[in-house]
Amino acid sequence: MRTIKEEEILNAVKKVCIEAAFDLSKDVKEALNNALQAEESEVGKSILRELIENAEIASRERLALCQDTGFAVFFVEIGEQMHIEGSLNKALTEAVRQAYQEEFLRKSIVADPLRRKNTGDNTPCIIHISFVPGDKLTIMFSAKGGGSENMSRVGMLKPADGIDGVKNFIVETARLAGPNPCPPIIVGVGIGGTFEKAAQLAKRAIFRDVGKHNQDPFYADMEKELLVKINNLGIGPQGLGGRMFALAVNIDAFPCHIASLPLAVNIQCHSSRHRVITI
Amino acid sequence: MEKRIKAPLTDEIVLSLHAGDKVIIDGPVLAARDAAHAKLVELLDKKENLPVDLQGQIIYYVGPTPARPGYVIGSAGPTTSSRMDKFAPLLIERGLKGMIGKGFRSQAVKDAIMKYKAVYFAATGGAGALISKRIIKQEIIAYEELGPEALRLMVVENFPVYVVNDAYGEDLYIQGQQKYAR
Repeated sequence: MRTIKEEEILNAVKKVCIEAAFDLSKDVKEALNNALQAEESEVGKSILRELIENAEIASRERLALCQDTGFAVFFVEIGEQMHIEGSLNKALTEAVRQAYQEEFLRKSIVADPLRRKNTGDNTPCIIHISFVPGDKLTIMFSAKGGGSENMSRVGMLKPADGIDGVKNFIVETARLAGPNPCPPIIVGVGIGGTFEKAAQLAKRAIFRDVGKHNQDPFYADMEKELLVKINNLGIGPQGLGGRMFALAVNIDAFPCHIASLPLAVNIQCHSSRHRVITI
Repeated sequence: MEKRIKAPLTDEIVLSLHAGDKVIIDGPVLAARDAAHAKLVELLDKKENLPVDLQGQIIYYVGPTPARPGYVIGSAGPTTSSRMDKFAPLLIERGLKGMIGKGFRSQAVKDAIMKYKAVYFAATGGAGALISKRIIKQEIIAYEELGPEALRLMVVENFPVYVVNDAYGEDLYIQGQQKYAR
């Protein structure tokens, strides 16, 4: 049984929390450059140039890419042949607390949804855990912004609604979001499972690199088709009109009940701050 | 068409602006988001004085990251405007002339913009590092306890925005999408 110490996890996670806030990931940078080539609207091109320049300034001056430095969301895969000495929860929470306090990141979390007092250190975090074969620990991190999160939707469709019902719901979610979630957006889709599993799948899908498709060709084709449909809405960068409204549609699916067709769409902004570490 | 304007705004400036115009703003703007709006409207409801005069003012919907030592401000891009829709019509009625944010406004806000001659601008969401360079001064003027949601007075220079909703009832979000929809 391999042992990993709490402190080792804390240090590694803190490092990526900081990096994600300032350094736009390679996949999104490439996607923005490709979008600039493909955009037809002059306003849209000018917005995309601003976003590319924003990433350069953020990285050079260690200024956050976006003032909404997000809710820290983790997907953790724990190898069944490893053991954590100490607390995983404490390692992740403490990493976020230290990163946000030391690096002048915004504290965006309130302790209660109705009484709304800021916790002051951007904790707690959202942590999804699963167990996998092997002796490695994989931690996926995203600093999830509120503006795009607010435009997400869950629908409990009927099996008879079928593929067309699913596609329509996804395109409609993007259309309703319009300029609000800071387009160009990334559309995370979860199909199947249960009510909460669909939402979790959609969230997990926005962690996937832009440009990487579902390994199942059926879903990979659906991702490509939906990306064209969503971009044909004409909403464009920042919703001011143009070709490039979305950079990617990422779909994840899961078995579901004979009576159900759960569907969730999680919208991510262009400032997709995501990292993966394996210890 | 690119226009340069000076804040605070007059009716004459507001009426010269049209949906789709690129506008560069110089001068003082207030900065407030959800919690500060709720407090301002609460004071108005109780018929008490506001900590700031709204006449001709622009409010920028922003909750910046803390400034590093030696910096005026941290990352400071626009937040989603629709969360301020509940509060904006009353503030417009009381003299507010401009709002900077991102995303759709409600019909009530668009109606108030037309009735009282105001304007809604969009700044680039997610360009907070770049935008921070256009803010040359800032101070908290009320509600410091709200942290990122405090009410601030900023001075901006070369601050780039687009006119989305003008005093004539035009809407860039509708026009732009129609132009490129297939």
